[in-house]
This record gives sequence, C-alpha cells and structure tokens, in this order.
Amino acid sequence: MLRASLRHALGEFRLECELEAAPGSTLVLVGESGSGKTTVLRLLAGLLRPDAGRIECDGATWCDTGTRQWWSPQRRAVGYLSQDYALFPHLSVLDNVGFGLVASGHGRRTSRGMAAAMLERLGLTALAERRPSQLSGGQQQRVALARALVLEPALLLLDEPLSALDLETRHAVRTELRRTLRELPCVTVFVTHAPMEAMLFGDRIAVLERGRVAQTGDAPALLRRPRTRYVATLLGLNLLPGRVRHRGPGDEVALETPRGLVTLLAAEAGEELFLVVSPDQVTLSREPPSASARNVFPGVVEEILPEPPHGERVRVVLGPAPSFVAEVTAQASHAMGLTAGQRVYASFKATSVAAYA
Amino acid sequence: MIAASSPRWREPLGRALMLGLAALVAALVALPVVALVLRVPPGTLLAQLGNPSVQEALRLSLTTSVAAALVSVVIGLPMAHLLATRAFPGKRVLEILMDLPMVIPPTVAGFALLMAFGRAGLLGGTLTAFGISLPFTTAGVVLAQVFMAVPFFVGAARAGFSAVDPRYLDAAATLRAGEMHTFWRVRLPLALPSLVAGLGMAWARALGEFGATITFAGNLAGVTRTVPLDVYLLLHEDLEAAATLSLLLIVMAAVLLAGMRQAGLGLFAPPRAPRFAPPRAG
Amino acid sequence: MPLTPQRAHLQFGVVLLAGALLPALPLAGQQVLSVFAAASLTEAFNDLGRAFERAHPGVTVRLNYSGSQVLATQLEQGARADVLATADQRWMQYARDRRLLAGDAATFARNRLVVVIPRANPGYVEKLQDLTRPGLKLVLAGAQVPAGGYSRESLRRLNGAPGFPAAFDRQVLANLVSEEENVRAVVAKVRLREADAGIAYATDVGARDRDALTILEIPDPYNPIAEYPIAVVAGGHRELAGAFIALVLGPEGQALLATRGFLPPAPRR
Repeated sequence: MLRASLRHALGEFRLECELEAAPGSTLVLVGESGSGKTTVLRLLAGLLRPDAGRIECDGATWCDTGTRQWWSPQRRAVGYLSQDYALFPHLSVLDNVGFGLVASGHGRRTSRGMAAAMLERLGLTALAERRPSQLSGGQQQRVALARALVLEPALLLLDEPLSALDLETRHAVRTELRRTLRELPCVTVFVTHAPMEAMLFGDRIAVLERGRVAQTGDAPALLRRPRTRYVATLLGLNLLPGRVRHRGPGDEVALETPRGLVTLLAAEAGEELFLVVSPDQVTLSREPPSASARNVFPGVVEEILPEPPHGERVRVVLGPAPSFVAEVTAQASHAMGLTAGQRVYASFKATSVAAYA
Repeated sequence: MIAASSPRWREPLGRALMLGLAALVAALVALPVVALVLRVPPGTLLAQLGNPSVQEALRLSLTTSVAAALVSVVIGLPMAHLLATRAFPGKRVLEILMDLPMVIPPTVAGFALLMAFGRAGLLGGTLTAFGISLPFTTAGVVLAQVFMAVPFFVGAARAGFSAVDPRYLDAAATLRAGEMHTFWRVRLPLALPSLVAGLGMAWARALGEFGATITFAGNLAGVTRTVPLDVYLLLHEDLEAAATLSLLLIVMAAVLLAGMRQAGLGLFAPPRAPRFAPPRAG
Repeated sequence: MPLTPQRAHLQFGVVLLAGALLPALPLAGQQVLSVFAAASLTEAFNDLGRAFERAHPGVTVRLNYSGSQVLATQLEQGARADVLATADQRWMQYARDRRLLAGDAATFARNRLVVVIPRANPGYVEKLQDLTRPGLKLVLAGAQVPAGGYSRESLRRLNGAPGFPAAFDRQVLANLVSEEENVRAVVAKVRLREADAGIAYATDVGARDRDALTILEIPDPYNPIAEYPIAVVAGGHRELAGAFIALVLGPEGQALLATRGFLPPAPRR
C-alpha cells in the first residue's frame, strides 16, 4: 500500500497532492508538462525532499516531515525509470541489471546470476553482453525495467516510459509493458501526458493540474464525468457548463450553455449542470441540418488536427471560445472541403450528451 | 525582405581578419619549433640519445614526471570530486587556491616551496624529525612538479565529474548505490576521458617544469637535473646540444598530447539513443 | 588557461628575448646607457649607475645582471648593450672572439672567494677541512659560471696543501648537492639554511647577509683572485660607454667599488 501526502514548492510552482495506491495496482498520474508529475516521482523516490508531507509504503514510513523521518533513495525499496532510462553507457546490459545488486552488497557472482535470471524472465538474455548504445529504444526500456525489478521494489516509478520511443515501436512496447506490469506484486506509479496511455495502464488515474490532483478515478468514471474543463480536454472530450432553462416531459432538459441552447435527456437534479459531448458523436455540415432532433452549434473552423497514429480521423476545432471539437474521418473532412476560417454547423443528438451536477 | 543592415564588405573583411589572426597565432607557436628543428644538425638527435649525461637527464625527467603525474591523480581526485559535487563555505577560496599554481611564476613557486618544506621552512623541523629532506633531492623535484601540475589534473577532473549527467546519479541512488559506490562505478568511469586528459596535462606540465625545480630542488646531475635544467645549462655551453635536447622534449610532449587526445576520444562511444535532455519539471 | 609543456622552453626563450628587447626600449627624450654586468656586481654597479646618472643629466643607465655566461650568450644572440662587465676573463674573451666588443677590455676590480656558512651552522663547519665531512650539503655555482670555475680551482689548489688531503677537491665535490646558475643563488641557498656551506665572492656577502652568514676565509695562495674586466660593446653608444668605463676606473668608481668589498686591480707591471 502506498500513501503519500506531499507539499513542495519549486520557485513559483507549488505542488500539493495526496496519493493512494494498492499493491499490484497501477496509479497513473496524467497531466500536461509542467503539472508536477516528475516532481511527484522524485519526491516518492527520495531524490527530492518535500517541504512538508509523509510517504508510507509497504508498511514503512519513508518520509515524515512531522517527525523528521527521512529515508534516502538507497534505503527505500523503490525502482525508478527516468524518461530516457539512464542506462549506464559504460556497462554491459548484464552489469547494468546487476548494478543495484552489487551496490546493495551482493557478491559479484551472485549478482550476475540474479541479473541473468531477470534478463531471462524479460526475454533479454540475447542482449546480455551488449552496451546500451547498441540497443533499440524499446530494448533499453526493458533493460531499465529489469534493472529496477531485480531489486524487488515495493514501489515502481515510471516516468513517461514510452515517450522516448518512436511511434512504430511504441505500440508493441506498450503491449509488452502492460503485460509485465500486470504481473507485478508492487505498487506502480506511472506518469504520462498521454490520456490514451492513462486509460490503458491506469487501474486508477489521477489527473494533475498545476500541482494539484484535479480528479481521481478509474478510466470509465473519468470519461463519464470529467470534473473540470482541463480533465475533459485532456481526455479529448467537450465539456460545457450549463444552466437549466426549463425541464420538459420525461427527462428532457433544456440548458443554456456558452455556445447556445442544448436539449438533452438527464435525470440529474440541480440548476447548474456539466454536459459532456464526445467528439466522435458530433457531425459537421456546411448548411444548417434539417433534422430537428439535433442540437446545433454554429462555429468557425480554427484547426484541423490529424489523429495519431495514421491520421485517418481528424479533430476539427471550432471557435469561438470555448472551443468545441468534432472528430470526423479524414475522408469526410476532405469531401466537405474543410479549411480554417470556414463557417460550419456542428450537430449532435440529445442522447449523446451526458450531464451531471 | 529585410535588407542587410551592415555594408556588404563587412562580412568578408571580418572573416579575413579572423583567418589572419588564426594564422598569426599558429605561426607564433610553430615558428620557434621549426627554428629549433632547423638548428639541430641531422643525426645529432640519435647521437645525443647515446650521450650518458643526456640519458641520465632523460631517465630522471621520465621517472620524476610520471611519479608527479600519478601523485597528482591520487591527491587530486578527491579534491576534484569535492569541488564538483559539494557546495560549502569557503569553496570559492579553495577554487582560487587550486588554480594558483597555474599563475604563480614557477621560480616564485620554488621559493615558496622552500619556505614551506625547506630545512628552515615551516614544516622543515617536522620533516627533519622524520628524517625527510626534500631540497636537493629527487623527491624534491617530484614535489615541485606536483605543485605545478596538480591544478591541471584537478581542473580537468572536476570538469569531467561535473559533466556527468545527473540522471545517471539519480539512477544509481535509486539502485541502492551509496556515494562511494557511485563514485567508483558511475562518476569515475563516465568522467574517465576527462581524467585521462587531466593526467596527460599534468604529466606534460611536470615534464616541462623548470623554475620551481631549479629553485626548490637545485641542480645536480643524476639527482635533480631534469631535461629542462640540462637544456638551460647546455644553452651556455653547446647550443646544438641544447637545441637537440629541446627538440627531444618537444617531440615527447607532442606525442603525449596526440596520444592523450586519441585515448580520451576513444575510451567509449557516447550513448547513441536515447538522447539526454535536461531534466524538466512535470 | 592550460599551459603547454613547452612552457619551460619558452621561459628561457623569454629570458633571452627580454634581455634583447629591454635595453632597446628608448625613454622619451632620454639617452639610455645599457650595461650588462655580472651578478656579483649588482650592488656596486647600482651605485655606479646612480653616480653616472648624476654626472650626466638626461642619461638613464639600464643595468642587466646575470651570470657572465648568460650575458655573453645574450650578446651573441643579438641583445643590444653598450657596456659589458664580466666576472672573469674567459667570458670577456668569448665576447671578443665573436667580435662583440668595440675595444680592449680593462680590469677594474678583483674579488676574493670565501666560504659562506649559515650563522646557525647546521653542518658544523669550523674550518675548510670540514667541507669533506660526508653528508654535508654544499652548493657551488655551476662549473661554467665564473664563480663556479674559481671555486673548483681553489679546491684543486688546496689538494695536498699542509693539513689537507691529496684528493681534497674530490672529497668536497662529493658533497655537492646543487650547481646554481649564478653566485647569488649560492648565497641565497646558504642564507635560507638549505645548504650547509657554499663558495662565493667576498662581495656577495652584503650588509644584510652579515647577520645570517659566517665567513670562512680561503688563504691567499689558494684563493684564485677573480678579475673583473669591462669593455665597450660593439654597435652601442661608444662615447657614453667610454665615459661610464672611465667613471668605473677613476677614483670615484674605485672608491665605490672598495666600499662594496672589491679589491683594486693589480698594479700594472
């Protein structure tokens, strides 16, 4: 079990967060660069001392500023993968993996044996004698993982483990990494800026926004109910605040939003509601649509962004602020002849809008 | 289009000036060496190598300078590490102190060494009590050379230690490595090219040392008369022999510098991928 | 600022170069008389230079002191000077042989050798014979320095003298720990108590050294009295140089030299 409560200031930047994760689970910290993700990892690893806070892991108190308890990184049962893995360039793969064992007092021979066994477990035996400079990015990542795991950490910290990889290898490595992490008995804290990775890896996801946890939950909960516009944007959703204009028969509700009137079906009570529209539920047209069952927002095309990996779909960002995003096929976009500055109409069904208080 | 704001001739003129000055400095260094080579009658280099007194000076120079370089490494490493890794009060003063021998005139250095380690110097009584006498001895030559050479090693080693990517140190810390283990297994090997360069510089400086040696250790054949001192003596007796011996010293130094460069670059290739970006918050 | 190993070579290159260039720098509106003099003449020639400047307003005397062998080599390498005064005839002859002189040399002073010992006398040197005691630290000027040549000559003369062993010089030279580049460096090493004894000119023991040094006389027959010749250098200010030499040889100069402990030149036969 990991329980951490951290407060730390770095110049103007202030970090204040509480984290909790169960053994065998992965907690993903997702946020934009500058949101404090790496700082949290460095605090957990003991590479940075918090101004105030407490870290408990695996039944031990690693840090408690109240009682001045402090364990150095060396003492913590922690495994830490920095963004670029930091494999020692002067050591072979085998010696990289054995490094921590030798450092913690195991004999050279024992260390080599244990390191070799770990390499075998991760299917890296063939690379044992190579230097890090002779490895691909994905191989380096797996070696770094082996180097950390051979010490049997209670807490594994991964800082953007996929970001150093090129797009082609990322997919395969991602699958491989998920399989490895699923089998681990330890707590894993995984930091990423990519919502997609957060969804894939996170048993729980904590969204970091400017040093604070904006929202915590599992992937479905976050997708269903993003709490702030930031979380919604991060997850690629449209989020609009709305005020109830009137409630009709059944669950039909009319909401006044910054972009116009929206009709939806909602059971939520209250006057102020958030409404969420997934971009793939939005249709674009050059003329106002005739079907009356649809909500319609007029807008101006601001940007057209191809979606990774192959750009078969594009995200069309509509102004003016607050912007509204539609996701359509590249083909459709092309057929409509969409360009920046063009007036278009975005429409979506009442049933594809989620609202909550 | 924005028009070039400076006149068209400025660019080529500036470039010509740079080239000219570069040529000037190359000539400044190369010309004396060439002049020396011209002064050495063909065949005398080998003949001088057969001269017992030259052999004696050469042997002495080689042994003392190698010893001085090794001593510089042993006593310089901890200082370099300290300066590269720690912040402490008085660090500035220590840094200046470590650079001082590079700017003190060597003769002054020799005099200062006498004041400290001479028989009547500050530590003279203590040293004598232990039966140690440094002036007029080969050990004194080594001491003078170490004094002049150690800053070169400390400077290079310190730069090397400082240049080690902090990510490797973070990795080592989370892999249970204490400060000493990290020093021996991470910092030292990663800084090795700089250390080798520093060793070479220190050795070259010791090899060429003249002023501090003659002032502190004196000048006696076979004991303290190294090659530079021998050259100085020969200058008043036999200019051809002096030129030959000088050339020998220059060749040795040049070979050393070239070898060092080769070794420093070839120790191990820098990591290809991943590339290490500066750490960022987030 | 990395220094190259060629630094040591540069050093004496710079010494030679500085010797060549310094006297050539003219002071505005002033005549400069450049005098190259042996190191042992330092104090006496400082006095003489001042006396000359007093007698010749508008003239600056620039003095360059070094071992006679260094001065001769500097002249040979093209250094510019008007007057050369050496500590022995050998290096004056050397200069004459290379046509560096503009006239004959005249002897203007003589000097005696003495053994100098630190006042604390760490080597227990009471008499000349003590110089043979094993383990004694003796410094001499190098053999090519005039003082060094005279020192060795003196030790040789003492071989087999009453109360001295036949191989006296060899036994003494076995105690040699350093050959200094000039005679002043010998006195310095003894004054600093690094050496137990040294041989220098009587005039090298200045007033300030008297408290720190003890002097052991070398009896006349064994003391090769050093002769100091002076001459006009070719290509310099001939008249001014002649005037300076006249001052040195004249009563005022001789009196100044006497106060610094120099002996007058031997009467001409």
